[in-house]
Amino acid sequence: MALKGAIVVDTEKCKGCGVCVANCPTNTIALSKEVNSKGYNYLYMANLDNCTGCTNCATVCPDAVITVYRVKI
Amino acid sequence: MDIKDIIKPENKVYGRTPLLKDAILHYCPGCSHGVVHKIIAEVIEEMGIQDKTIGISPVGCSVFAYNYIDIDWQQAAHGRAPALATATKRLMPDKYVFTYQGDGDLASIGTAEIMHACNRGENIVVIFINNAIYGMTGGQMAPTTLLGQVTATTPYGRKAELNGYPLKITELIAQLEGTCYVTRQSVQNPGAVRKTKKAIQKAFENSMMKKGTSFVEVVSTCNSGWKIPPVQANKWMEDNMFPFYPLGDMKDR
Repeated sequence: MALKGAIVVDTEKCKGCGVCVANCPTNTIALSKEVNSKGYNYLYMANLDNCTGCTNCATVCPDAVITVYRVKI
Repeated sequence: MDIKDIIKPENKVYGRTPLLKDAILHYCPGCSHGVVHKIIAEVIEEMGIQDKTIGISPVGCSVFAYNYIDIDWQQAAHGRAPALATATKRLMPDKYVFTYQGDGDLASIGTAEIMHACNRGENIVVIFINNAIYGMTGGQMAPTTLLGQVTATTPYGRKAELNGYPLKITELIAQLEGTCYVTRQSVQNPGAVRKTKKAIQKAFENSMMKKGTSFVEVVSTCNSGWKIPPVQANKWMEDNMFPFYPLGDMKDR
């Protein structure tokens, strides 16, 4: 059994602080080159296959913009 | 497995609590205030006390806390949140009353109020955000600023002979008979966030058991005031603040 996860980011609320990226144990997430309407490089899933849905990124997110989904396969 | 098959409501394991309003936080990117707001909202939601909780917001960056968490709030004069919380709790003893204060508010102008509220053993929760600087006004020296730390008003670093020593307010509070739970936590990584959440939950539970004041300090970052990017600021906090402000419970009875 393995865990497979995915996140959804509220890109308009994300401020691109990168604290989540530093706390991601599977190197899944990164800050995008595109910016939102406030000019912040928002978070996105760079390596879709790596995510285990551990919720670390969402736990440390100061702006609560990350929703985490997880399935067992 | 396709990502669309994972992102379904039944697979959701973590999301924004409905107690956080839809507003975008005015805090700087990476500010610890946002994390603490989020865990307070989560604790209140999990305890099911949304309509029984009254928060007292301070003066400082977190003055707008009432815009973000969907509970009843009052806004105190600078440093006077514990006095307002005392009145609120005494008039409405069935409510959970907490103050949310920064170090400029609690450790500087509000020292008298916090000392006496804790000494009287008011059944309130105090959440103290210590980022060792005055964040809102532009990064001036606070009582909690570390020796040698560069701020707008100590451009050559804080010197003991000129500026005195950093104030360990939580250690002082722990000596007072009125307090029942005094702890120092942080929110820089997931483990620390979960510990802080447990501490805040315990503090809220204590306030209803009439055990005295519960005091939770959260050692925090101020990226703009320290002039360090968020991830490096967390590292700086671990390297410089934790040796002087060690984490852990100071009192629990």
